[in-house]
Amino acid sequence: MVSIDGRGDGKSLIRARGLGKTYRRGGEEIHVLQGLNLDVDAGDFVAFMGPSGSGKTTLLNLLGGLDVPSAGSVTVAGDEITRMSGAKLTAWRARHVGFVFQMYNLIPVLTAFQNVELPLLLTGLSKAERHRHVETALAVVGLTDRMRHYPRQLSGGQEQRVGIARAIVADPTFLLCDEPTGDLDRKSADEVLDLLDRLVRDHGKTALMVTHDPLAAARARTVLHLEKGVLVESVAAGNAR
Amino acid sequence: MAIPIVYNVRSLAARWTSTVVAVLGIAGTVGVFVAMLSLARGFEATLVASGSARNAIVRRAGATSEMDSSVMLEQVRVVEDAPGVERGGAGPLVSPEVVVIASFPLRGRGVEGNAQVRGVSLKALTVRPTVKIVAGRAFQPGLTELLVGRNVAASYEGLELGQTVRFGGGTWTVVGVFDSGGTAYDSELWCDYSVLRQVYQRPLNMFQSATARLTSPDALTGFKDALTSDPRVTVQIDREVDYYAKQSRQLTTLITVLGSIIAVVMGIGAVFGALNTMYSAVSERTREIATLRALGFGSGSVVVSFVIESLCIALVGGLLGCVVVLPLNGFTTGTINWQTFSHLAFAFRVTPGLLAMGLAFALLMGFIGGVPPAVRAARAPIASALREL
Repeated sequence: MVSIDGRGDGKSLIRARGLGKTYRRGGEEIHVLQGLNLDVDAGDFVAFMGPSGSGKTTLLNLLGGLDVPSAGSVTVAGDEITRMSGAKLTAWRARHVGFVFQMYNLIPVLTAFQNVELPLLLTGLSKAERHRHVETALAVVGLTDRMRHYPRQLSGGQEQRVGIARAIVADPTFLLCDEPTGDLDRKSADEVLDLLDRLVRDHGKTALMVTHDPLAAARARTVLHLEKGVLVESVAAGNAR
Repeated sequence: MAIPIVYNVRSLAARWTSTVVAVLGIAGTVGVFVAMLSLARGFEATLVASGSARNAIVRRAGATSEMDSSVMLEQVRVVEDAPGVERGGAGPLVSPEVVVIASFPLRGRGVEGNAQVRGVSLKALTVRPTVKIVAGRAFQPGLTELLVGRNVAASYEGLELGQTVRFGGGTWTVVGVFDSGGTAYDSELWCDYSVLRQVYQRPLNMFQSATARLTSPDALTGFKDALTSDPRVTVQIDREVDYYAKQSRQLTTLITVLGSIIAVVMGIGAVFGALNTMYSAVSERTREIATLRALGFGSGSVVVSFVIESLCIALVGGLLGCVVVLPLNGFTTGTINWQTFSHLAFAFRVTPGLLAMGLAFALLMGFIGGVPPAVRAARAPIASALREL
């Protein structure tokens, strides 16, 4: 269940209230987000669409604790992250958020295995446990046979699947995907979308995705449009189940 | 847990050209730093090793070295009778000595260098048991014969075993070579003091110093107290080791200070090299750093990671600098000992302590060069950095 009217039932996993973000460029104030409300329940798959500069990525950054809002609050699983200090927010991100980036953002000098292992280095898991988790995550994305490969030895689609494995390996509370198929051909994009779809449907993950691609958005259960910093409509996507 | 070091090591390898430049900058600085200090250490060690803890050198009160000292024969007799002096078959082990400077052509340099000529009795070999004759024989008393240190023939022309030289108005023959174990004596020429005094027309009852072999190192206090309170003599007494250590101090300090200044100037250059390498590393990897921070690695982890990366460069540079300078160990060179105005041959001494200092200096450069870029890396706003290309 997703709502944008600020009247959530209080059980939502992610709740934003009066969220605003203003940048100052020269003497001019640019209001990227203004008074935005959002409620997302656990297990939802939400796509944010909108023209360039509409504030999609800014919204994702605020929900993921990568940026701080100029106004309003974000609460995730009962924790108001907009009140957290920098260090606490960093620890919170490690525990609760799995990021998937448009450009994959893999560390080029680390193998697929080592890239996926990175979030686990912040947990108290033993080396053996970490290895087991990494192997499981790579198996979920179908790249067990590529774990010793470096990013340069992988195709774009494979790189993004490694990125998704990295996002899910520490079992975060929710996934934030910023244009996950923006740099991929159709076939690879479909594979990545199938994977996200499966993570939500079979593994009960909550995913929020920014995209320009209507076909990608169509995979989400809910599509929200951002225009000039405001969520303007909530549409049930074509394949909503 | 911190960002894995393999990330830093592989990143350095991936940007090997700028890494090599920074490594070479640090290696050169460490090399010069260690070389200069090993020069000072070698000079100091050569002089300090010349002295024995069991020997006391007696000079005129107020004399800064043997060169401006004088000890009369009557005073030598008082020294011989002083408590604590070792006695052998030939009586008290006290060696009265005369020192002059003579110049000889330095080998392969086309200029002359001053050598210290020490007039001694054969007792000098008993007073200094580390001095061993390694070729030829000792001089015969009453003859113009020379027993030369093992560095003399290598430093000067015409002073090899069997050769004859003229100096001080006499003609001298080199009849023996001695080895004092790498000390200052190895650069000296020894002969009979009575002959030397005659040739140089010195008063026959005058020496410049008297070196006494004591029964034990602890005997110095009693020996010193007895002589300094004796109204017949006005002398100063130093443990031989301290006397040579004092002699070495001026030049050692000069070399150390000069070496440190050069090292600091070069070090500043090397730090800029490291800074440049690390700043470019940070700017090239803006998105990687932002990704790591997005994943949950804190600012502290990022700072530590990049400082470690800089320290890796410094460590490799430091090790390289040490390895390059290591063959200098034992390499013999020479300089003027400004206390005696004579040429002194000595060897570079690259000690483990100096190598450790070199490595510490390298790591300091790496740290200074690593912290500002590391802090910049940790402070960049994550949201915008994630979108950097």
